Amino acid sequence: MSVLRPYSKPAFAAVLAAAVSTAAPLSAQDIDPPARVVSMNLCTDQLAMLLAAPGQLLSVSYVALDPLSSAMADEAQDYVINHGGAEEIYLLQPDLVLAFEWSDPIAISMLRRLGIRVEQVPNAYSLADIGPNIRLVGGLLGRAAEAEAMATAYESRLAELTTPDETGPRAAFYGANGVSSGTWSMSHQLVTAAGFHHIADELQITAAGQLPLEMLVLADPDIVFSPELYAGASQAESILDHPAYRAVAKDAGAFTTSATWDCGTPLVIEALEDLHAARDRILQEETAE
Amino acid sequence: MSFRGLMILLTALCAVLFAASLLIGPAGFGIGESLSALFGGQGDAITLVMQEIRLPRALLGVMVGVSLGMSGAALQGYLRNPLAEPGLIGVSSSAALGAVIAMQTGFAKTVAFTLPILGITTELTMGLPLAGLAGAVVSVLLILFLSGPRGNSLTLILAGIAISALAGALTSLVLNLSPNPYAIYEIVFWMMGSLANRSFSHVWIALPFMAVGWVMLARLGRGLDALTLGEDAAEALGIRLTRLRLTMVIGVAACVGAATAVSGAIGFVGLVVPHILRPLVQARPSALLWASALGGAAMVLAADVFVRVILPEQDLKLGVLMALIGAPLFLHLLYKTRRAMA
Repeated sequence: MSVLRPYSKPAFAAVLAAAVSTAAPLSAQDIDPPARVVSMNLCTDQLAMLLAAPGQLLSVSYVALDPLSSAMADEAQDYVINHGGAEEIYLLQPDLVLAFEWSDPIAISMLRRLGIRVEQVPNAYSLADIGPNIRLVGGLLGRAAEAEAMATAYESRLAELTTPDETGPRAAFYGANGVSSGTWSMSHQLVTAAGFHHIADELQITAAGQLPLEMLVLADPDIVFSPELYAGASQAESILDHPAYRAVAKDAGAFTTSATWDCGTPLVIEALEDLHAARDRILQEETAE
Repeated sequence: MSFRGLMILLTALCAVLFAASLLIGPAGFGIGESLSALFGGQGDAITLVMQEIRLPRALLGVMVGVSLGMSGAALQGYLRNPLAEPGLIGVSSSAALGAVIAMQTGFAKTVAFTLPILGITTELTMGLPLAGLAGAVVSVLLILFLSGPRGNSLTLILAGIAISALAGALTSLVLNLSPNPYAIYEIVFWMMGSLANRSFSHVWIALPFMAVGWVMLARLGRGLDALTLGEDAAEALGIRLTRLRLTMVIGVAACVGAATAVSGAIGFVGLVVPHILRPLVQARPSALLWASALGGAAMVLAADVFVRVILPEQDLKLGVLMALIGAPLFLHLLYKTRRAMA
């Protein structure tokens, strides 16, 4: 069983940091950047941590601390933690709140009623949406130049790493409760960009949903991507203990996805790099056979 | 219809439904293909699907159905009350609480045995069904204590509601306290029950407990028949009531505890099945036990086939179907009971 557990975290993050630090200081149009920024969503947390000037970002959401969901869990420890509640965020007296397209609308409308500026960052549906989101958050933070540099670095690296291949190794996703990704997901974009053929294409699955275990077995993938297991037991995750799943994962090679997969941030580049490494390994094993 | 005829009919029904359970699934294979994969062993994908996914699911359908059907018949016979049913009186939810506590504390992974099953060395951990059994024992004893030996309808149902509510709340609490974010969503599984994605390890850990339960309940027949004449008459006929009671408690707890530990709380089976079959066995409790075992298996198998036909991709919970059939019947029985009490 080939368990690929790649982790090359600092690589692209360092590139990004370099891009940000070499960029010009505050440009003319952002005369008055917000000084107390609170982010209430995992993905805006990470964009804000990557882009904000020192001291500018005050608080991130509690999810940002969870290493299984957050690609920047270590960095998040330097911030005040919020739970997305209107009251606690208001008490932080922010002059800008970054929320996600689908963040709790009740908390957002209450904050707005209290006179707090809340900006909602749209969901990144594709790898191409990430650049505009970087620029958007950069603009909101008054860090447009830094954001431009980061977005450009991201886009050029993305172009290098985008090598679609319909005949590539066949990839499947399988997680708790037998939930699999469809073709509308970011995960789908990542694996297809890295030159895998996603079985959701054959099965015509668009939205993420439960894939019966027997359909996974029959699809006979070359690699199965599954998330890291949480602490504590759950019936939902015990499907990954099912003998039939284990047989498929053993034949195919299991790949544990990391938190860099979860958000539309430039850190998906690390996921793409891991995917390329995994693909090369599969192709090598095939030629070795 | 004679008892023998009824049993043959029910067995045939179970066999047909068992076959349907094996043959119906999201991956549509031909019948011949499926059967050759089931009995063959080429190790290809279809064989894996038939032998490791569909077969254990169908077997568990039978085992859970037999357990719940017999438990319902035994409880109703002992309490002489048609409303007694493991799901309704809180035995299933208490068993679920035990199972959930075992999973979250890690007890489920203890009491390990390594056994050679069919030539394959298999490690089994019995913590889960043991905890389910413990939860079930506590609730059956509580119910008997609260409702008294005659099983007064009002106290029986009220005690059942209270025990169900308490066990359900504690189950939710334990799952909410879990560090695992998926645990919360399992409240539905534990309260509604499902056979989706069960494997042979579930079959093996449940089977010994269920087998003990089946033997215990099967031995109740003569005692329950005598009990229809009243307790004094039963004692005069040589039935030792305390022993009868103990056998019933352990039998029901073993059956329901093991069934719930592997499939969640599937309600109403023990209510509907004996109710339908009672007139066909001339209301004889001993005959009803056997008929309900087969009837329960048929009902759970049928429901499990239905959830796959109605919503193949969605894992519709068995309890949803059972409640759709069972709840109206329960209301009807309640109405009749009220008239009888008035």
